[in-house]
This record gives sequence, structure tokens and C-alpha cells, in this order.
Amino acid sequence: MTAALELRDIGKSFTMHLQGGMHLAVLSGISFSVHGGECVVLGGRSGLGKSTVLKMIFGNYRCDSGQIFVHDGTRIIDVATATPRQMLALRRRTIGYVAQFLRAVPRVAAIDVVAEPLLLTGTSPEAARNKAADILRQLDIPETLWRLPPATFSGGEQQRVNIARALIAEHPILLLDEPTAALDAENRARVLSLLAARRAAGTAMVGIFHDDEARSRIATHIFSLPERSEAA
Amino acid sequence: MSEAEAPLLIADGLTKSFGRQIACRDISFDLYEGEAMAVVGESGSGKSTLLRLLSMQTKPDGGCVRYRMRDGVTRDLAALGEAELRFLARTDWGFVHQDPALGLRMAVSAGANVGERLMAVGWRHYGQIRQTATDWLERVEIETDRIDDRPDVYSGGMRQRLQIARNLVTQPRLVLMDEPTSGLDVSVQARLLDLLRNLVSALKLSAVVVTHDLAVARLLSHRIMVMKAGEVIETGLTDQVLDDPQEPYTQLLVASILQP
Repeated sequence: MTAALELRDIGKSFTMHLQGGMHLAVLSGISFSVHGGECVVLGGRSGLGKSTVLKMIFGNYRCDSGQIFVHDGTRIIDVATATPRQMLALRRRTIGYVAQFLRAVPRVAAIDVVAEPLLLTGTSPEAARNKAADILRQLDIPETLWRLPPATFSGGEQQRVNIARALIAEHPILLLDEPTAALDAENRARVLSLLAARRAAGTAMVGIFHDDEARSRIATHIFSLPERSEAA
Repeated sequence: MSEAEAPLLIADGLTKSFGRQIACRDISFDLYEGEAMAVVGESGSGKSTLLRLLSMQTKPDGGCVRYRMRDGVTRDLAALGEAELRFLARTDWGFVHQDPALGLRMAVSAGANVGERLMAVGWRHYGQIRQTATDWLERVEIETDRIDDRPDVYSGGMRQRLQIARNLVTQPRLVLMDEPTSGLDVSVQARLLDLLRNLVSALKLSAVVVTHDLAVARLLSHRIMVMKAGEVIETGLTDQVLDDPQEPYTQLLVASILQP
């Protein structure tokens, strides 16, 4: 069976031109693959580039070397060389991403923030809203908040809106950057059981989780990022 | 949106100088249906000239613009006659100016400003024109009882929304916007941006948005093209260019955003 996602020898460095061209090598030679129904949890201390790996898969950061193969229906697309147009299509139908923070658009109601990814795949506004309502309910966001823009919500509520938005389109690949960090125990359990159900249904996941409960419930594999050798 | 379809707009090697001043040098890109591209850079980088080249208001010294017409045939705009270009500009394209006074007729009513574009494409029934104009005013959040007022008694934000209604009423496929929000108060800006964002996505518009404001680019565009001194120095997905800028100049632009 082909992997849903395969990273082959990827590398990333940052050149800070405003700091006199300072060069930061963050990742090199990272390879792993994820099949449907698996969740690879990235391990290693902070600063080793865990979020960077997720951002590279999502095409938010450029890939300097190596390949990131994404199984997209009948085709395989290399994110490292994909055009913006291919990347947007991948994000529409194949890769979902829960960022650490919600980037809220002023004036847009929470329910529409959640429904938007479905609208982009051509679902009718009514069906998209119904499904958004279902997920918000499952994540215990009070109905009185649905019509309000999430910018005013608490951290935990924003995080759950963020998760709802990432889950609604049921992408076959899901990237999770500390999705439970801002949540209390009850909501963490709620989110974890939703994620576990998605994984069992065949979603391929790559995640960063700092708490052990989350890891043990979700992870099928741990991939520890190597310590960097400082010789540049 | 199928990926096999041809681009809506193709810029191929566009070059333009004014005397010894190069405004645009060898600019090429494809724009597909439903895609919004932001062109960012400082004043004088050639952004506005590029918009004028794309809409054939300025003739390029080199290169060409090709456009996929409604019949599906992609044609070189330089080969179209004046009348054909005018017809495209009135029906298939929108042009949102930074100063709404340039895009509106200030001496006629708001309703007439919107209705005029409809009449240009052959609408004759007064009742239908007025109804459609009313619908569009509502859509851009202008109180419909202001339909008979002239835009010179509107606020800046209302004028800009009226200009947008006037442009979109004929259901254009391509909208070119030159700093659409920069003359406005911040609160008015947020409302306009949200409106534009919804319209672009609901109508599946293709848009080229010239802006010096990276927050506007982040909100409105899928892709970014960074220009400096008439040249394109960096392109990519909007979040990629803003979160992982490669060129020194782009890094400077991103680092210069004020965080509230």
C-alpha cells in the first residue's frame, strides 16, 4: 500500500538577510512516511524543528532539499516542487492543518470560519453550515457563540474552532501542531477522542503533542527529530 | 475548479519604460479562474503600471497579455480592436481604483452608477435595472434608501463599496484592484476587506490586487508577487512568501509590518 505521505531526505535552513545573512540550518536528512490510519508523533526537544516539518508539508515553508510526496487521489504530488495552484488544490481536498493559533478574520462568524473549507470543496452553504454546527456541538462550543467572530473567544474556544475548521472537510491527511495545548482536561479528552476516531477511520496524521496522555492515545509511531550537529 | 483548464490571464514578458525609467521589466505570470494574486512592493516599484498594462490602458514596449474570452478562445489583447477592448472592460473586467472618484460618476445617483454598467451590456428594463442595483447596494452593505443619493455625499468607505458594486454588477471574471483599501480608516478597511474576500470567493473571481499593505495581501490573496524597481523578485503562495520570505527585500517588507 502506498503511503499517504512520504518525506524523503528533506532539509531546511533559514537565511536571515537582515541579521547580516545569518544562516540557520534547522533540518537535514529527515525521512519518514505515514499511511492511512497511522499517526506519527514528532518527538524531540523544542527548537529542533517539529513545527517546521509540519509547515513544510503544508507548503507554508519552502522545502530546500528532498521531496515531500503526497498521495492525492490518483496522483502523487511533490510538495517541494508543486506550483501554488497545485498546493492550493492539495490544501482544499487532501491536507488539513491545525495551527497552534487561529488566524481569525475580523467580522467572520465562528460557524462560517468552520464551514469555509467545505464551501471551497463545492458543498452548498446550507450543508456546510449544518456540518459546522455538528462539529462545534461535538467540541462543546456553546451555540450562543456561533454567530460571533472568534477573535473575542478564550484561548481554548479559539483552539477548538481551529480544530473544527481543520476536521470539517475530512481531509485524508491531517497535520496537528499541539492541538490540545490550550485545552482543559475535559476538552482535551473530547478532542482526542474525535482525533482517535478520525485516525481509526483511515486518516493519516502527523502531530506534535506535548502531553503524554495525548501521545499515548493518538500516536502509532514516534519519530524523534535528531539533535543537530553544530558544525555548519 | 479543474486543474486542466487554461489560465484566464497570461502575462508574458511585459516590459515598459518611461523615458529612461524602467517601470516593468519582463513580467510573466498565469492567473487562473478563482485565483486572487496580490502584487506587493513599495511605491514606485511598478505595481500600478503593471495593472495598466494588464488592462491595456498602457501599451507595453515588449511582451503581451493573453486573455481567455468567454467563448473559451485565448487571445492576444493587442490584437483586439478598440471596441472589443472597451466591451471587455465594461463587461468582463472590473477595475477598482484607490480613489473611488476615478471609478464612479460623482454627479449621478448611486443607483445610476450601478445601472449604467448594466445598460452598457444591453439591459433596458428600468424596473429590473433598479432592482438589480438595489440588490447590489445591499450586498455591499449600503442602505438601500441611499440609492438616489449621489456618491459625492457618501463617506469614503461607502464610495469604495459603491465602486465595487458598480464593478461587480455585470459579473466580471477578472477584477483589477489598485490599493482598494488604502484611503480608508482602519475600521472601514476591515469591513471592506471582509466584503471583498467574500465576494471574490462567492463569485469565483480572478483578481489582481496591487497593495503595499501585506495584511491586505494576507487576507485577500492566494498568491503573492513581490516587485522591486520594476522587477519581480519573489513569488509564491501568500502564506509562504509572508512566513518564509527568501529575498532580502521581502524579508525587510515582512519585518516592517507593525504589530498592534
